[in-house]
Amino acid sequence: MISNQSPFVQDTTSVSYIMFLVLVALIPGILVHCFLFGYGILFNIITATITVLIAEYLILKARNYPVKPFLTDYSAIVTAWLLAVSIPSIAPWWIIVVGSLFSIIFAKHFYGGLGSNLFNPAMVGYAILLISFPAIMTKWPSAYASVSFGEELKLFFFGISNYDAIASATPLDYLKTELLLNKNIDQVLAEPIIKANPLIWVGIAYLLGGIFLIYKKIITWHLPLTYLLTLFLVASLFSLANPNNFAPFYYHLLNGGTFLAAFFIITDPVSGPTTPKGKIFFAFMVAMLVYLIRIFGGYPEGIAFAVIFMNICVPLIDKLSQPKVFGHD
Amino acid sequence: MKLFENIFKFNGGIQAETHKAISTAETIKKFGIPKKIILPLRQHIGRLAKINVNIGDYVLKGQLIANADGNVSAAIHAPTSGYIESIEKLPIPHPSGLPDFCVVIITDGKDTWVDKKPIDWKKIGYQKTVELLISSGIVGLGGATFPSHLKLTKKDHGAKLTTLIINAAECEPYITCDDMLMRERIDELIKGINLLHDFLEFEESIISIEDNKLDAIEKIKKAIINEKNISLKIVPTIYPSGDAKRLIYLTKGIKIPKNTRSSELGIQMFNVATIVAIYRFLEFGEPSLSRIITITGNIKKPRNYEVLFGTPLEEIITDAGGQKINNQTFIMGGPMMGFALPSIQVPVTKAMNCIISAETEMLKNDAPVLPCIRCARCAEACPVELQPQELYWFSKSKQLDKVEEYNLFDCIECGCCSYVCPSNIPLVQYYRFAKSEIIEERQHQEEANIARERNEFRLSRLEREKIERAERNAQRRAQTSSDEKSKLVEEKRKAIQEAMARVNKEGDNSL
Repeated sequence: MISNQSPFVQDTTSVSYIMFLVLVALIPGILVHCFLFGYGILFNIITATITVLIAEYLILKARNYPVKPFLTDYSAIVTAWLLAVSIPSIAPWWIIVVGSLFSIIFAKHFYGGLGSNLFNPAMVGYAILLISFPAIMTKWPSAYASVSFGEELKLFFFGISNYDAIASATPLDYLKTELLLNKNIDQVLAEPIIKANPLIWVGIAYLLGGIFLIYKKIITWHLPLTYLLTLFLVASLFSLANPNNFAPFYYHLLNGGTFLAAFFIITDPVSGPTTPKGKIFFAFMVAMLVYLIRIFGGYPEGIAFAVIFMNICVPLIDKLSQPKVFGHD
Repeated sequence: MKLFENIFKFNGGIQAETHKAISTAETIKKFGIPKKIILPLRQHIGRLAKINVNIGDYVLKGQLIANADGNVSAAIHAPTSGYIESIEKLPIPHPSGLPDFCVVIITDGKDTWVDKKPIDWKKIGYQKTVELLISSGIVGLGGATFPSHLKLTKKDHGAKLTTLIINAAECEPYITCDDMLMRERIDELIKGINLLHDFLEFEESIISIEDNKLDAIEKIKKAIINEKNISLKIVPTIYPSGDAKRLIYLTKGIKIPKNTRSSELGIQMFNVATIVAIYRFLEFGEPSLSRIITITGNIKKPRNYEVLFGTPLEEIITDAGGQKINNQTFIMGGPMMGFALPSIQVPVTKAMNCIISAETEMLKNDAPVLPCIRCARCAEACPVELQPQELYWFSKSKQLDKVEEYNLFDCIECGCCSYVCPSNIPLVQYYRFAKSEIIEERQHQEEANIARERNEFRLSRLEREKIERAERNAQRRAQTSSDEKSKLVEEKRKAIQEAMARVNKEGDNSL
């Protein structure tokens, strides 16, 4: 293509490069998870990647779109990885396949493909799995059960009937259930399943990946910082008011997918707001909803529902948060 | 000097590779007199200049050959002595690629000046001097070519002009003509600033320059040591710092409101080359005959040339050794806002600040255009703080009222959004398209309004005529007095009776 209109020079950052850096930033978290909880997460990632690539290829062909530019933009792979790291690493293969297909076909291409999807595709896939298969989706591997590589493969391909040997609830889930049994916070937090849970290291690895993305100017500070600050403030407020029933702020920041959500999930540009003020409002609302769902809702973690709900509001948020144009009053 | 100078950084902008060093190694070369001069009659914003010479006339260097036609127009002078060969439509360097009226002069090589006289503005007074400046042909030489005499006011809307900002930013990559002018002719610039400062009674004069022109900055610093009226403001190298509103903000921290001229707030801005041109006109009586042009990019001997207006561009390219790799594409202006020349068989004009022989990567854009992923990098880069992704969306879907509501007409087409777009979307082209659509629609609306008004006028005229006719008839009837009427009736009756009598008589005869 010969362009005869200015500008004639261009920055080299492409969509592929942006998506590639997001994948790179996810790697530390994935490796730490792998180190602590076994190879299951890698099976998830590989399966999800293959599934989305095949699904994307077929649907691009069906829609008569050029395959190469869209398949090499890595956006589908980012969706795949985000979904894969959100699904328990001891889940059987078909869970990942079903989730990935929903993400790509329903959440992405039925809405028009890259750039047109109203909802965060990974979160749509996740939400559908959570509603349809709650038992599988809430069983995470216990950090203490040592599972051999062979056993992991078996789990992956055939699933298991007896989860208790190797799986356990996540800290968020556990706390929620225990609080229903009229225990108080201090007692529950002192129990090993929460106190010694190494999941926080995964979170910190995602935090580092996120800082890398801000440093590389792939994302701005608005979304993650507002999200973490809001969660911090609202959790502090509740736990100050009633320390016996509400967990302290660090528990909320370090558990669940808080850092993954802050830097990788709510920062999806396509389904999120574009203005600085809009981003702040969006992240604030997602954090509030996440907290409310964690405490009062039926699910231990609420990020998927919070994000999907706020995605609906994005056009309105954008419209109402337009920044002032240079020289306008 | 203050240690911490206040810089009012505008939103966004980009830091592209400047490529300035390509053309600054050599000094400015004075290009000789070409055999043929092709002088377009519109080298400025506004109306075509009115020609006042004939084919075959002998003209002297500096002779006025076309007058400014009205206020928004600029005069044209013969750049050297010679005979007028023809006046015809020829290709000119314009994005449209359409030919325009040009005066062709066959030069005689003698370069004989008209009787030029310095202008003592103190003696003849402000009003007379501005009138003379209308015939100077001086336009903004930064590339906008706005007739300069329109900016030489002391007051605008009652506001007294207080601050003169000299635009030395030269923020577009590749262009170095102002930089080289400051390096080599700083004296003329300083004299020009002082002259303008006194002429328009400014309170302060500030040279604003990007921090990448170290040599020029040194020269300015030395030259203004003893100048109490002139100060230097070094601004960061961020495109588009040279845009007037952006540079005023960088320099003074004032955001010029929409639909307001900076002069209404007491600030006037001139480009360095324009100031030197005004200086040379008042000091030596020399009108605008030449300018400095950067010839750069994919060229064998890149440098700056001082060239007479009307010189065929091809001759300068030949002098610069031609292209390194032959691809025949040349860009006029900078790579951010310039345009591709349809050919180099065009003359040099007042607007031509830079010619870039296009580098291969400027022409071949292999990356596919992907959908917008709403990453808002364009919004982060927009110096006007627009939301280019929204403008793109509305332009693409032709929602013209929406695109206006999102302030499309504030867009200065600087190209920062297109530059950063990771999806490779030619955003500025969409905005140009939307703007032209809206303007066209407005014209249609205007035409429709005129047609409707005409039709309404016609209908009311017909109605009025009908009423008038009826009134006239009624009046005539009323005027025909009653006795006249009865007389008429009497006559008719008489005629009937006579006829009857005749008939009866004839009847009798036949019997």
